[in-house]
Amino acid sequence: MDFTLPAQAEAFRTEVRQFLAEHLTAEMIAATRDGTIHSPGLHRAIAERGWLSGAVPAELGGGGMDPVELCVLVEELQLHQAPADALGVAVVTVSVILEHGNDFLRSEAVPRLLSGEALGCFGYSEPESGSDVAAARTRAVRDGDGWIINGSKMWTTLAHVADYVLLLTRTDPEVPKHRGLTFFVVPLDSPGIEIQPVETMGTERSNATFYDDVRLGDEWRLGEVDGGWDVMKTALKYERGIAGGQFPSPPAIEAAIDWARTSRRADGTRPIDDDAVRDKLVQAMIDVEVCRSFAYHTAALASQGEMFGVEGSMTKLFASETYKRHCAWFLDMMGADGLLTHDDPGAHMDGRIEENFRHAPVTAIYGGTSEINRNLVAEGWLGLPRSR
Amino acid sequence: MRTRYSEDQEAVHEVFGDLFAREAAPEAVRAAEGRNGFDRGLWRKLAAAGAPGMAVPAADGGGGASLVDLAVVVHEWGRRIAPVPLVEHAVTARLLCTAAGRGAPVGLREAVVSGELVATLALRPSAADATARLVPAGAVADIVAGVRDGSLVLDRGDPPGQARPNTADLPLADRDLSDAVVLATGEAARDAFDVALTEWKALMAVAYAGLAGEVLAMGVDYVKQRHQFGVPVGSFQAVQHGLADAATRAEGARLLAFRAACAVDTGQAGAARLASMALLFGADSARFASDRVLQYHGGYGYSAEYDVQLYYRRAAAWLLQLGEPAAEIARLAEADLGPKEPRAA
Repeated sequence: MDFTLPAQAEAFRTEVRQFLAEHLTAEMIAATRDGTIHSPGLHRAIAERGWLSGAVPAELGGGGMDPVELCVLVEELQLHQAPADALGVAVVTVSVILEHGNDFLRSEAVPRLLSGEALGCFGYSEPESGSDVAAARTRAVRDGDGWIINGSKMWTTLAHVADYVLLLTRTDPEVPKHRGLTFFVVPLDSPGIEIQPVETMGTERSNATFYDDVRLGDEWRLGEVDGGWDVMKTALKYERGIAGGQFPSPPAIEAAIDWARTSRRADGTRPIDDDAVRDKLVQAMIDVEVCRSFAYHTAALASQGEMFGVEGSMTKLFASETYKRHCAWFLDMMGADGLLTHDDPGAHMDGRIEENFRHAPVTAIYGGTSEINRNLVAEGWLGLPRSR
Repeated sequence: MRTRYSEDQEAVHEVFGDLFAREAAPEAVRAAEGRNGFDRGLWRKLAAAGAPGMAVPAADGGGGASLVDLAVVVHEWGRRIAPVPLVEHAVTARLLCTAAGRGAPVGLREAVVSGELVATLALRPSAADATARLVPAGAVADIVAGVRDGSLVLDRGDPPGQARPNTADLPLADRDLSDAVVLATGEAARDAFDVALTEWKALMAVAYAGLAGEVLAMGVDYVKQRHQFGVPVGSFQAVQHGLADAATRAEGARLLAFRAACAVDTGQAGAARLASMALLFGADSARFASDRVLQYHGGYGYSAEYDVQLYYRRAAAWLLQLGEPAAEIARLAEADLGPKEPRAA
């Protein structure tokens, strides 16, 4: 047993830090306040550095970056608050196309996604189906050699800056729900697509996308007709692969420590000298070390070719639930000052804790809710019967 | 980087997993509760298997195994909440083989390494009257290492043989260290003791992971078998989600504990911090798991007849042998956030 990161991974961490010092600017982070957690310049720089193609598994023809290094990359991006949500989406999209896609999709979409020129987004959830993703009702109907698509998707985050949506559709409504699904890669400039913003509590912009008689050639189909559930499972597998590392809390902890050190209470004392404050800061730092242990474990397993499953659910469940708790603690610590948003010139560190507080809840929802992950742990780890 | 047991560690796991399952079954744990929480027969078997000195250098008559190898054994010890002071003894044996600990007579050291004598560590410095209060295994240990007036001392006294009655029937007793011999003083004493204490924390964190894993297995078995409202209790989502949260924390605790043990073993920077965090989180996750499992047993969980109460009590007790958790958190805060500024008069 050896939990020490290999020297190569530590050297890679240094390389990532140098890269971020060079390419990640305060303006890029500030620009995400318009709600789009994506920076085209940073995304292309990551792609040019080869880290996007690197993150695609070697057996699919990608760079096959060591999962431990991929974990370090994700860790550093999160620690530095880099607006890099599009990276994971691109890696998953490319991986799924390489595993299930035809020659057309491989030559049309993959090079553009890998160069960072084009972006993908996910079209799984619908207004009436979220966690029950297989209940999708967006219809794809044969039209001669092609298809006509009608329906709507929710939470198509990044769609307004993306080029393709990985779209889950229903092709057979007569069979059990998992058997009548088909995936498409849909160019977002296709006639009949409308993108409407969905504003969120965390200021992030998501989207609702509407498909009104969208006509597509069969070459845009991804995987078998009615074989969409297999593609879905592949997408979730790769999403777990890249989402193994979960470090949402450290930027908030950094701000909380800074606040506790630099502010004074009415009685002249510093919050950092208060045992109640110190207790919460230490508890949060312990939780981060637990997250780090999970991340290194899953990365090490992947590195040895072991496909992990439930460990990914545990990591995500623990990281997002503790992140929410930490943000609430820190907001409370600050009292009324904690309420000030970045628009207020007196907000501490541009209102970072307040912003994290509003962002945190979504992390326990997107990419598999805490409840779905608990179901997966109960069934897959503990062997309990399926429940409802 | 390899986060699973090596082949050798798998073998160690199997041998000691079997030994503890056989010799430290719940009946043995219960029987020991009436005997100061110590099962001398089990201790002799462990000594015969080389456990007490396995992580002592071969040159000192030990097994020459690493701290992580020892942790593999400790995980099984924790799983069975076995009534023998394995962790206290093992870290004291290692302490006696350090430069600071070598002042002890050779014969005595050899008897500790072999397990012929039972040794323990007084986790907190002794009081002004040289009494070390509520020493883990103090009721049964022949040898007590500890800190008296800033010096590392070793006491070869008769164990009182009578534990002070306590929540988890642990062999806790006060020990008088006034006749203890001084092994080291000043910085050398402090450093040597801190290493032993850090090893204790990392190993107890691993033990907690074993405890949590076993109590969860117990809970899962129970909720699958127990039917209410015509269905297994374990088919209710309220129960499943509580167990899933407990399992997630327990697995996180296991990973952090072994990561800490690896860091301590290889002398990495920040190892003591990780060991302390692993212990606190391990205790917390073990308490949470035993609380959920007791709850999902319903009334039977509260009954003496079922085993979950044995785990519930130890989950709380092991950490408290060190003192108040808040004091441990305060030490971590001191290291990570700096000392508290005295309040202006």
